Amino acid sequence: MSVLIRNARVIDPASSFDAEADLLIREGVIEQAAAPGQIAGADDILEAKGLVATPGFIDLHVHLREPGQSHKETIATGTMAAAAGGFTSLCCMPNTDPVNDLPAITRWMLQPERGAVVNVFPIAAATVGSAGEKLTDFAALRREGAVAVTDDGRPILHDGIMRSAMLQAAALGMPVIQHAEDTALTRGGSMHQGARAFRMGLRGMPAEAEWSVVRRDIQLARETGAHLHVAHISTAEAVEAVREARRHGIQVSCEVTPHHFALADDDIREYDANFKMNPPLRSPADREAMIVGLLDGTIDAIATDHAPHALHEKRQEFDRAPFGITGSETALGLALSILYEGRGLPLDKVIALLTARPAQILRGSEAGRRGTLAPGAPADIVIFDPSAKWRYEAANSKSKSQNTPFDGWEMRGRVMATMVGGEFVFRGE
Amino acid sequence: MPHPGSLLGIEALTDQAIASILSSARQLELAGAHPALAGRRIALLFYEPSTRTRVSFEMAAKALGATTYLVLAAASSIEKGESLLDTALTLCAMGAEAIVIRHPSSGAPHFLSRYVDVPIINAGDGMHEHPSQALLDAFTILEIRQRIAGLKIAVIGDIYHSRVARSDIHLLSRLGAEIVLCGPPELAPDVAVTLRPGLRLTRNADEAVRDADIIMLLRVQKERFGGLPLFVERYIAEFQMTPQRLAKARPDALVMHPGPMVRGMELTDAVADGARSLVLRQVRNGVAVRMAILRRAFGDVN
Repeated sequence: MSVLIRNARVIDPASSFDAEADLLIREGVIEQAAAPGQIAGADDILEAKGLVATPGFIDLHVHLREPGQSHKETIATGTMAAAAGGFTSLCCMPNTDPVNDLPAITRWMLQPERGAVVNVFPIAAATVGSAGEKLTDFAALRREGAVAVTDDGRPILHDGIMRSAMLQAAALGMPVIQHAEDTALTRGGSMHQGARAFRMGLRGMPAEAEWSVVRRDIQLARETGAHLHVAHISTAEAVEAVREARRHGIQVSCEVTPHHFALADDDIREYDANFKMNPPLRSPADREAMIVGLLDGTIDAIATDHAPHALHEKRQEFDRAPFGITGSETALGLALSILYEGRGLPLDKVIALLTARPAQILRGSEAGRRGTLAPGAPADIVIFDPSAKWRYEAANSKSKSQNTPFDGWEMRGRVMATMVGGEFVFRGE
Repeated sequence: MPHPGSLLGIEALTDQAIASILSSARQLELAGAHPALAGRRIALLFYEPSTRTRVSFEMAAKALGATTYLVLAAASSIEKGESLLDTALTLCAMGAEAIVIRHPSSGAPHFLSRYVDVPIINAGDGMHEHPSQALLDAFTILEIRQRIAGLKIAVIGDIYHSRVARSDIHLLSRLGAEIVLCGPPELAPDVAVTLRPGLRLTRNADEAVRDADIIMLLRVQKERFGGLPLFVERYIAEFQMTPQRLAKARPDALVMHPGPMVRGMELTDAVADGARSLVLRQVRNGVAVRMAILRRAFGDVN
């Protein structure tokens, strides 16, 4: 079985390739990219003149909600939404029910019965039950397919536990991912602490709650030699801390969500819980710092923090509704609208944030082989129209949930086809 | 879109609506009971304890001839986990034509107003707004001073947790008062001055009351502290309204408090019961102002 994608602008940041080319896929693997017209034929031919073909996107941060919360999302529906957004690999967070703290749970997530249509790379809990007390068995979890460890929304705040987690992860070449939040400072909070929270009468979550933990973690990464990955960075101070740490050669990487470079706290619609997530939408100055961090390379990756919730859970009083929004289907459109069209970040750099650079963060695992179109790589490919303007309609989402602040937003750049291992898993019209 | 008769907060209220409610309240106060809403059904949905606001809305509704239905969170299906929206829709299905809501979550009335097509009257939402209280405060000041523009008003105490403070600041500042905020940093954060242009903040209560026409005291809301330490003795020493401190204000300065008062904390007995205290007058005026608010809810603006 072979597929030929013809006349696409092929962008592969991992190999610094950016040219109009034909791309041949055979038996699920990239065979070659060649000048247009040089490859004779294939079983299936896709004409892609005017379109861009890149490695399928890698999302370092999604919540697939299985096991245990399948009323919000399932691995099947979450991966379908991802495919529609151009993602071919997802790292799913361990805050399921039960928490993914055992090899058997990791294995269960990866069973074919789950119906995943894109690659799933579980991130396991760093501590048992994500309770922050006793480390899980990183090596055993890794053997079953876990690519990193984190306690995500229940951050590891105890210095000693974080240090032990880093030492164990460093020995295995796994990153430790931290959702940086000093929960003692954010208790009862439902949005960023600032003028807008005061005006709305909502308790705030101060920026300090994030950057103080990022600074501590950087210090521990320096001491242990571990790879620290900062999840969904959102404050200017935290980005500056990462920038400074890199200057000193400390192994630290970070991701930002599209909503943190698209929105700020003054964009929150009147007590609409579809604008409630953690970390919260920050100040306009913080949003600008996210964009600057993306432009200057400090921020490594765009990750969605796709966090589906059922309608009845979000249709509540703002302070009672759960944190989180969906994001798989809007990431490319927001990145192209804001970073490429709005701020002039070259297309190959935008694509690198979704492909080669997240793959680099996962370099110690199977997921690290993804994110490239080099010959021999798995044929995970997305084809999109970079100039198409379209309107996102949450009602048409492939996700089980529609909790997004971007319903009705005009986007630039539309996914036309997504291929995983040589098979199309999504075809747009 | 919220129902046009809704009163969600002062911030979103037009100048015209403010003027109309205040003048309607004045007329109703003179006219007394008036069966303008005879046969109409008003639900009072209270998720938080309340004495004066609840009774005041009830008396206002009854003075207009309306029937009220009181739903208390602690004695209803809300305890069984029914959502706010379902509770409100249930009341509407039973014929409620307006909902007066008191709720611990900021924005709960705004949220409801997106899904429910009857007027929603905010009787206090979390730390956000308490518009009927601000309107009765303005009404009370106008009754005595005939103007608000140019008055110096000191707002002292727990501003951070206070929905009354936010509504009063919005309203009195809109009406031209010069407002000084005062309290310890935990209760009067610097960010409070961003609520309206021209606000000032001081940590010194003597400075706040100097030359003040009105001193508005706020209850220290211990139940909303969530672990915040409060040094009671320090608060009393620095911010409590005493006759000595009151003497630094204008000789005709008036003291207001939305209640419930914590005597010995925000103010001494001598101030609470003194000749300059408007506390009971505020309560009395609440009924006329709420009658005006309810008439507006039903589109009866005459």
